[in-house]
Parts: sequence; structure tokens; C-alpha cells
Amino acid sequence: MVGRAVTLEAAIRIKRNGFTLDVALSAAVGETVAVLGPNGAGKTTLLRALAGLEDVEGRVTLDGEVLDDTSRGVHVPAEKRRAGLVFQDHVLFPHLSVIENVAFGLRAQRQPRAADVARKWIDEAGLGDRAEALPRELSGGQAQRVALLRALATGPKLLLLDEPLSSLDVSIRAEVRRELTRQLASFNGVRLLVTHDPLEAMALADRLVVLEHGLVVQSGTPGEVTARPRSRFVADLAGVNLLRGEAHGDHVTLSGDASLAAPDAGEGDVFAVIHPRAVALYRTRPDGTPRNVWQGQVDSVDLYGERVRVRVSAPVPLVAEVTRAAVSELGLNPGASVWIAVKATEVSVYPA
Amino acid sequence: MRRARTPAAIGLLAGLGLLLFVLPLAGLILRAPWSQALAELTDPTTTMALGLSIFCSLTATAIALVLGIPLAMILARTRGTVRNVLRALTTLPMVLPPVVGGVALWLAFGRRGIAGSLLYQAFGIQIPFTTTAAVMAETFVAMPFLVIAVEAGLRSLDHRYEEAARSLGAGYWRVLTRVTLPLLRPAIFSGAVLCWARALGEFGATITFAGNFPGRTQTVPIAVYLALETKPEAAITLSLILLVVSVAILVGMRDRWLGAL
Repeated sequence: MVGRAVTLEAAIRIKRNGFTLDVALSAAVGETVAVLGPNGAGKTTLLRALAGLEDVEGRVTLDGEVLDDTSRGVHVPAEKRRAGLVFQDHVLFPHLSVIENVAFGLRAQRQPRAADVARKWIDEAGLGDRAEALPRELSGGQAQRVALLRALATGPKLLLLDEPLSSLDVSIRAEVRRELTRQLASFNGVRLLVTHDPLEAMALADRLVVLEHGLVVQSGTPGEVTARPRSRFVADLAGVNLLRGEAHGDHVTLSGDASLAAPDAGEGDVFAVIHPRAVALYRTRPDGTPRNVWQGQVDSVDLYGERVRVRVSAPVPLVAEVTRAAVSELGLNPGASVWIAVKATEVSVYPA
Repeated sequence: MRRARTPAAIGLLAGLGLLLFVLPLAGLILRAPWSQALAELTDPTTTMALGLSIFCSLTATAIALVLGIPLAMILARTRGTVRNVLRALTTLPMVLPPVVGGVALWLAFGRRGIAGSLLYQAFGIQIPFTTTAAVMAETFVAMPFLVIAVEAGLRSLDHRYEEAARSLGAGYWRVLTRVTLPLLRPAIFSGAVLCWARALGEFGATITFAGNFPGRTQTVPIAVYLALETKPEAAITLSLILLVVSVAILVGMRDRWLGAL
């Protein structure tokens, strides 16, 4: 972090109905940070907290200004924070036209000629002909853009986006994503978005923060995160098998007493990652070198074009990726008995 | 869908119930002295009562808006016991016999009442048997309709609109006036119309607390009641006016109350 002008720093805790969100994160001007996590991980609560809409414990600073500090009793209310929040379903004011929605924040700031400034934003976004439309007359993509303009027009230092693309139709998502990338790049502040969609996160973000059950489980660039998953959620999104166990030099003891041979596994609590392409399936017990061999049953078979993912329940449950031809040759129907083999050198181990 | 047949007995009872509504209305319309209606309408007693009724009911509605919306806002924010108590207090006038309301108002604001005696001693103000009393009686009886409607509107409002406004830099009053109240407009409107209709028809509390002084406290319902013995034509004409107003309200708000008719 040294040498970077970090402008958002947050270390907060929110307890509500038996759920605890405990997050520390920082973000700098010019970078887009995506908080990625499954539904219910606390992503929206985190955004709302940064926007000043939730009671938090802890400390939040933005560009040197303390926004929250429970130890000193500081809480800057939402309307005094320079944080623009874009809601998942936009929450445009239904009784106001597009131009009045965009001008709303400018009027609140008592800016002269708010309508003129708002019109400029709308024209630049190519929405000039929709200026007088009401939100209910807009398409999903247009509403998303207006919601973003409304937040940007107030000149925030922090832009918070809640699932910016997920409420949109799949057919327009790619187009809106390109537009969003362009607008994010031109916004000169801290950009933070939350999403449950890995693709959205990878496409828009420079850095990922993975949130699960209210806790940060991993952070880093998209490449770093997917190369070394630290949670089932990330492993699934990267499409790899993730196992956790105790390393003992040349093997890893997994739950249920299964053992996984892996060279240079080290010692202690570790994650082990096996790519599905490295998992080989046989009808009879294979001869040869594979050190990791188990017998199991086919659980499910999913087709992805020419490739097929086969989930096998065995002492070590794994997903294997095979060709379509292999499926018919080996008779890989759910319930079929099958042997699994993984070369020890295909197992990548790193500390948990 | 094929439903079970409705027994004849149910239809008969329903018909009797409907008749109870329809017959009096038919009587009113059939017995109306149409030829004299214009003369009755320009009669000073009638015009005075009409003018006073309009003034009092509109004033009562205005007061209900000013006091009732904040009350609804507080109600919508409370939970549990506090809410139940507040709600019972505000809705009591809806179920209380209006005469009892009038007596209660008289006991509170009469010359010897708990608040009335203070007003009289401090400022020499007497409320009973004045137009003020008529307005107060109507407000007392009608305001709950507005409070209930606005509270329901507030509870079903998506508060994220207010949060969005706050995150855009709007302070409390700007959020209230530019977002909350505009979004509540349908609820406020229907509440105000119900409130006004109830105030316009108010009789029991008004005659008890404000009495019957032509031009001061004699509103249309009171004039109707008194005219029935001396000048039935006038009573019928005034009744018709109230009926027309009621039907107009019903038609005007049919989307809200009667669904898609």
C-alpha cells in the first residue's frame, strides 16, 4: 500500500439479527474495487454503511475526512458525505423526470443553474431525447445510466454501485457494461462496486474483495484471486476443485481421513486446488503412476459444449472435465461406478 | 373456475340488505321538490348553512392536514405498545359516538373545562357555541380518516427513495418536501377527501359542542335536521345536495376504493 494515495479506508462492524459484518478494506483514487460474494454475504449492507445509511462500529475515512469513528462518537450523516450511491434497482424518483432526477442532488447542493448542468450530463450520456421522460418510461439500461448520472452529477469523492448490471436483461448487459467501464474510467474518485456475479466483477474491477458470511475471505487482483481460491465460492467461479486439509510434507490429510498426495505440500492448514482437466476417470482401477486413486460414483453430468463436467462422489469428491466421447466410452451416467486418478504434480497447495 | 351454487336464501338476504340502502335514496329523489329546489337553494337559511358547512369542513380538513400528517409520520415510526396506544387514541373518534365526542370536547374546552377554563381566565376566550367550536368538532371526528390513510401510505412507502435523496445531499426538510410528501400524494389526497366528507356530514359532536346558531354553527346537517319539522322541502333539498357531493366523491375516487370499475 506504500506510495499509493489511499483515499477510502474502512474498518467496520455491523451486527444485526444474528448476522455480523466485519470488514476492513481500502481503495484508492483511480481503481475500481469489486466486493464479490454470494447473496446474503452482507455486500449491500457494506455499501449502505459506507454511504452513511447504517449504524456501524468502527472507523471510515474518505480523503482524510473521518466519516465514522465510534470511539470518538463521529458519524457524518448520509447527506453530508460526498458518496454517490447507485442502487441495484436504480431507485429513481418516480415522480420526477430524468432531468429533475439528475438535477436533484445539484439542487440539494444549492448549485445555480442546476437544470442546465443536469442537461449537460444527460446530453453527454446520449440521453438528451429522454430528458423529460419519467423513470417508468425508461428501459432498464437507460434507468441504470440515469441512476449513475444522478450520482455522478453531485461530484462525489466515492462512488458506490450495488450490483450495477444484475437487474438488466442479459441481451443488453454487455453494452451497458462497456458504457459503465467508460464512465467509471472517467470518474475521478474512489470506485467501489458490489456484485454476486464473477463476470461482472472481473470485467469492471481492478481489485476483488471476496466477502462471505460477513467476512473478507480473500482480496487481490482477479488473477490472484482465481489462481489461489480461498473459498468454495471463488473456487466455483474459477471452475476448480478446492479442498482444505492438514499438510504433512508430501501429502495433505483431508476431512474424512482421505489423503491427497502432493509434493512439497509444506506443513499446517492448507488449501489444495485441482483443476478439473487434471482429474482423470477410468472404468477399472488404473495402473501406472497416479498417486491419488479413489473409487466413486458419478453424481451428475453437465454439458458445456464439447466439454463435459462430471461430478464424482468419492472419499475426495471432485469435478472432472472430460470430452463427450469419454462420457459414452466410460458410460458416465449418474450412479455409475468409476475410478478417479489425479497426478500428485497436478495438485497445487498453498497455506490457508 | 366453477363455483358452488349460491343458495336462494343468501340471495334473498343480500337483496333485503341492498333494499335498505336503495329505498331511502329512492325516497329522497322521488320526493324531492324539484320545482321549488331553486327557490330553496337561494333561501338565506340554506345558503348560510351551505356556506358555513363548506367553510367549516374545508378548515377542518386543512387543520387535519397540518396536524394529521405529522401525527401519521410519528405513528409510522413507532412499534409495539407505543404504536398501539397512539393508534388507539387517534382512531378512537372513528368509533366513538359523535355525541360523546361533543360532550368530551365540551368538558375539555368549555368555560369550566380543563383547557377551556385556562383559555377563559388568561385570554377571555370562550370556545363553545362558536364557529371555532364547529370546526374543532369536525376536526375531532374527521382527522382520524386522514391519519390512517397517510400512515398506511407511509408504511408501504419504499424508504430507499428517501435514502437515495439523502445520499444525494438532501437534508431532512428537502427529503420530506421533495420526495416523501410527493410520493405520498395519493394517500394524502384520498385521506383528505375522506376527512372532508366526514367533516361535511358531521352532526352529533357539532350540535353538542357548538350548538345551533344560524350563520355561526348551524351547518347543513343541523339545518336539515331542524328543517325536517318546519320546512320539509328545504330539508330534502339540502339532503340532496349532500347526496350529490357523496356520489361525486365516490365516482371521483372509484379507482381507489372500488377497484377497476
